[in-house]
Formats: sequence, C-alpha cells, structure tokens
Amino acid sequence: MRKLLYSPKIAPYIFVLPFILTVLIFWVSPLYKAGVMSTQKIIPGSVENVGLANYDRLFGDRLFWVALRNSLTYMIGTLLILIPGPMLLAVLINSKLGSERLKAVFKSVMFIPALTSVVVAGIVFKLIFSESETALMNQIIGAFGLDPIKWLKTQAGGFFALYILAAWRWTGVNILYFLAGLQAIPNDYYEAASIDGASSWQKFWHVTVPSLKPTIVFVLTISVYGGLAMFLESYMLYGGNNSPQNIGLTIVGYLYRQGIERNDLGYASAVGVVLLLLVLAINIPQLIATGTFKKEQH
Amino acid sequence: MKLKKFAASALAAGMATFALAGCQTAGTSGSEETAEGQTITQEAVEGAAQLELWTFVELHGEFYTTMAEKWNEENPDKKVQITVNVLPYDDMHNKLQIALTSGEGAPDIADIEVGKFPQFVQGTPALMDLTEYAAPYADDIVKARMDLYTKDGSLYGLGFHVGATVAFYNTEMLEGAGIDYTTIKTWDDYQEAGSKYYDATGKYFGTVDTSAAWQEGLLLAQLGGEYFAEDGSPALNSPEMVEALTILKDLQNANAVSVPPGGQPDTDEARAAYNNGDYAAAIMPFWFTGRYLAYMPEFSGKIAIAAPPTVDNPVNTSVGGGGTGTAVVAGGENAEVAAEFASWAKLSYEGNVETWNMLGFDPLNTSVWHDETITNNPDNQFVQYFQNNPFEPLLAIEGSIGNLDSFTNPAMPSVNNLINTQTLNDIFENDVPIQEALDQAQSDLENELG
Repeated sequence: MRKLLYSPKIAPYIFVLPFILTVLIFWVSPLYKAGVMSTQKIIPGSVENVGLANYDRLFGDRLFWVALRNSLTYMIGTLLILIPGPMLLAVLINSKLGSERLKAVFKSVMFIPALTSVVVAGIVFKLIFSESETALMNQIIGAFGLDPIKWLKTQAGGFFALYILAAWRWTGVNILYFLAGLQAIPNDYYEAASIDGASSWQKFWHVTVPSLKPTIVFVLTISVYGGLAMFLESYMLYGGNNSPQNIGLTIVGYLYRQGIERNDLGYASAVGVVLLLLVLAINIPQLIATGTFKKEQH
Repeated sequence: MKLKKFAASALAAGMATFALAGCQTAGTSGSEETAEGQTITQEAVEGAAQLELWTFVELHGEFYTTMAEKWNEENPDKKVQITVNVLPYDDMHNKLQIALTSGEGAPDIADIEVGKFPQFVQGTPALMDLTEYAAPYADDIVKARMDLYTKDGSLYGLGFHVGATVAFYNTEMLEGAGIDYTTIKTWDDYQEAGSKYYDATGKYFGTVDTSAAWQEGLLLAQLGGEYFAEDGSPALNSPEMVEALTILKDLQNANAVSVPPGGQPDTDEARAAYNNGDYAAAIMPFWFTGRYLAYMPEFSGKIAIAAPPTVDNPVNTSVGGGGTGTAVVAGGENAEVAAEFASWAKLSYEGNVETWNMLGFDPLNTSVWHDETITNNPDNQFVQYFQNNPFEPLLAIEGSIGNLDSFTNPAMPSVNNLINTQTLNDIFENDVPIQEALDQAQSDLENELG
C-alpha cells in the first residue's frame, strides 16, 4: 500500500481518480444516456425505439429554430458586450490612473452582482422592465418625453433587457479574469516597449492584447457555452418558461419545455444532443484556430 | 509520456467544464429556495395516516385541512393528517412530473390543473385509478367534468367545480357610464356597451386575453367548435376558431376591450389594474369569485354576476373553464386511505357544500345549487360580497353549460402553450391577420407533434 502511494508512476492517477470518477458518472454516462434516449419515444411504462424520428421532427419544428436563433443571437451579443468592455475596464484598473482605494471599491462593486442569485436579480429586472408607466425604464425614457414601452413584449426590448442583465451580472467576473491575466504580464515588456518609443495605444495593442490571449480564449470559450446554454435569465425575466411569442425561448428553454413540462424526454434528449454538437462545432474550431491544442513552446 | 499529456489536457478540459457547471448549479439551487413555497400543516392527530399533499393554490390547502378535520370526526378508525405544500403553478407540475417519472419523492395526493392533466396519464399512469372510490358519489356529480380526468374508462382525478364561465360587472362603474348590465345578452350588446363605456370614461370595459384562453373556450362552446378534429388531430384554424377570434378582435377594434397587464384577469398585474378601476367587466369561470374576495375587497357589494354574452343561437350558453383534478399517487403506503379521503372531500355532499362556502366554487354536485339554505345563507362571505346572489346566473344557465372534449386530448397542453404564448399575442398585440396566425399555429403544432 505504502509502496503504491509513494510510487511516482501511480500516485498521480490515484489523486485524480475522484475527479475522473465524477466525470464518468456525472458527465460521460448521462451524455451516453441522452444519446440513446434521443432515439427513443419514452412514455411512462413503455420505451420504443424510433431511430432518428426525433431528429426528423426537430428539424421541422419551427419553434426549435426560433429557440436556436434566440440562443445564437444572445451568444453573439454577449460576446460583443462581455469581452471588450471588461477587458478595457481591467486595463484601466490595472493602470496607474486613479487612486488604489477607489479602484478596490470599483472592483468589489462590479463583482457583487455575480454573487447575487439570478432568481432575485431576474425578478428585480422584471419589475424594472415592466410595462407599467411607473416602471424604472419607462420613467427613464419618460424623462426624455417618450411614451411607455411594453419592453418584454417585443423582440428588441426583451433582448435589451437580457443583455443588460447579462452585462450587469458578468462584467465583474470577466474583469477578474482579465485582471489575473494582466498581472501575469511581466513589466519588462512594457519597459522595453517604452524604450523603443511605443505609444500607450501601441503598448496596449502589441503587448497587452497578445499577452492576454490565453485569458481571452478562456473567456471566449466559456462565453460561447454560457450564451448558448442561457436559460435561467430568460426564465426569471418572463416569470416562467413561456414568453410572449417565444421572445425569450432558448435552446435549453425548449429542452426544458419538451422534457420537463411536456414529459417528452426522448425529444428533449434530441434537443440536448443538438445543443452539444452545436457548442462543440463552435468551440473546437475556435480553440484550434487560437492554438490552444498546440504543443506549448518552451 | 503521451498518455500523461492526454490525461493532463483531459483534466484541464474537464476542470473548465466543472468551473462552468459550478456557475450553473449555483443558479439553480437559488431558484429552489424561492420555489419552496409554503406549508400548511394540520394540527397533530394521533394514530393518523400521514398524507403529503401538493397544490398550487393556497386556498385549496386550507380546504383540505378543514375537510381532514371533519373526516377524522366521522372516521375515527381511519384518521388522516395532511401536510400541504403550496408551490407555484409551473414548479408544482414540473416537480410532480419528475417525481412520478423517477418514482421518487412524489406526494400522496396532488392537485393537477386540467390543462396539464393529459400528460400525467400518458402511457401507464403513475396515478391511482379512483373509479371505485368515486362510485358512491358518481350519480350526483356532473359527469362531463369527471370525464376530463378519465382515460380508457378509469378515473384518475377528482374535479373541484363546474367552472361555468360567467360575466362579472362592476355595477357602480357601469352606472357612471349609463350602462345597465342586465341588457347585455349577446356579444354585440357587450361590444356596444364597451364602446359606450370607453367613450364615456376613456377606459376599457373588459379584457381580451393573450396569456389565457377563457373567452376562446367559451366562444368555441357557443359555436359548437373544438380545438381538435374528430380524429383527435389539431384543428386550430377551424372556421369556429376564426369566428371566435373575429368576435374578440372586433371587440378590441371597437375599443370595448384591451389586453390587460399580465395578459389575462387572473394575474397579479391584472388584478392591480382591476383594483385601480382600469376595467369594469371580466368574463371568467365562476371560480373567479374567490379572486374578487381575496384581492378586490373594496368592490364588496358592487360586483354583479350574470350569464356570459352569447352568439346568436348558441349551442351552449356557457362552458366549464379551468379545473383541478385531485389525483392520488399509486403505490404509496397510504394510497388507499388517501383515495377514500380525497373522494369524500371532493365529491360528497358535505365536500361540495364546503367548496362553495370556503372557495366560492360552483360545486360539481348540482343539487347543492338548489339547496337554498346553502345558496342563500346570509352568513356566507360570497353571498355577502356579490350584489346579486351568485347562484342566480348559474341556475339560469344550468343545462346549457358545455364542456370541451379537447381537454382530454394528450396534445392539449401543447395547444394551450402555443395559443397562450404565440397566437393570441400575434392577433391582439401585433395585429397579425386572424387566419394567418391560426394557420401558423396549426402548422407549428403539427410540426411539434411530429
């Protein structure tokens, strides 16, 4: 036993074993199961093999395409909002501008939303974007002499609310990722650049951004997944999974509707498998293109 | 060496996924906290069978605990003690669905809303066949309302009420605009009154709904239509549907009605609007009486109930709207006593009297409707609240209250979802032509059902 634990060949595997087991039990086996279920019609008490009928049904289902379009729009929107913005803010926080104390307060304030529950936040945002005249957003636009808007009942208004919610919630987290990345950049690079006469912008573009690449790739990867898997925000904003004209319907929302609300687990599994393939189809080329799988250079 | 590299990269990838999963679970556990809802527990009873009950209406919970106390007095050898969990509508049905599918954590008794019921009896139902337990009371009960919860001749749910759709008018507000509600007989009268009210007050008379289809159901029954064809396939673009929606759209165009906040009268937002005096009329199932008492106390003595407006020569005057099927989960330790108790509480004469007294429902046992000691009881809170006797319009339409068979179709939950999220919004919020919106709904539904 002692020999086993001290063996440099075996010990590492023992240490990672709990992790491997959880992956196998909670990730690989459900994945496999979902794949199998997606080819079945499951009614309580009977399971019937239907081959690819669920997929066939899925591709003819207009609402699935609505959900897909919404998820993709949301993902692209959050990428545009949640990568450049937090990166610039992180650079500002990391710079010599402003007082340290003020920046510490700013960092904490930006991070607090990530600690609040989406459920609470969703309800507050629902009230902010409510259609009544006294709702916050309608008061704001009222100050400019505009009429109240039924925010959550239009595609643009609904997505605006979702983006604001996402920006409010995740900006602080992404700032932290970028700050960690920034602090890992050796100061020598900037000094060398200064000696060569680089301007602030050139330093940012030619030193900061390339050095931040691993962080950017990481944030991009989780944001793609997070955007496509969004469900709770829309669920809370609309007080349920059923938004008017399916404005807030996402792929996961559709999976939930079919699987849980309609008890059609076979069909819902097919939705899940398509979501997985979609995420892989976006993330893998992106990771290859950004060189994540390349051998590390020493 | 190679293996190590692979293991390391797999590990890194796995950890990243875990980090993501971390965010996900943090969110969901939060939602469970708020979804906990509240618990109503009956006083401890010695030697009683412990029954857990799930419902989505708080008042129902109080009804069950009251009935349990009465049951224990009459049946000292079969005492029950009920713990009621009140959960939000969607949460309760979803949790119940998961519990029944997985066979873990289901309650003994559950209230299942009629619109959700068909999917709970798909395949081999996990619910108990209650036919036998209901048999002693069956003769006095409106059969059509039990058929809603019957599949292949077996009864799986016990109804609560007839839910006759009626019209509620705020007479004070109507008088201010010179309108007498007793003259409103047809939809044309309703439209005329509505326009007149709008011209006089600048406010809308009634509502046209986008998140519920009470009025569509009523109109379908009056026109003799259904949501499905005879063979059970969807028929959302039937001539009756077009006609029903045209009638409602005309009301909207004449400024008689508008879409209320929340999309239908039975929502927090809409009740606030009613309280605010934004609307004077509501066409809703009879159980809306309870909402008036609970949420609009200052209108006491001002609300009159009348037969709903009709089309010319209606097939039926009214329709049963909404409903809750109380189901017993099969295989539970106390399933039998649960079934006996639930059948007695919901179907016995005492139970029917109590559904009226406590909840303001129009009882399934229509002989209660004719028992004047109960219907005219001056101490009754509903008799006191409403301007006319609530049973007056019910007795006037008794015998002409239809039911839509559509509600027993397994695809009905999909129909409900589709029209209440998409179609009605298309028509009443976005002015999509009726035929076009219905054709779209029909094709969406055909696609969804595969």
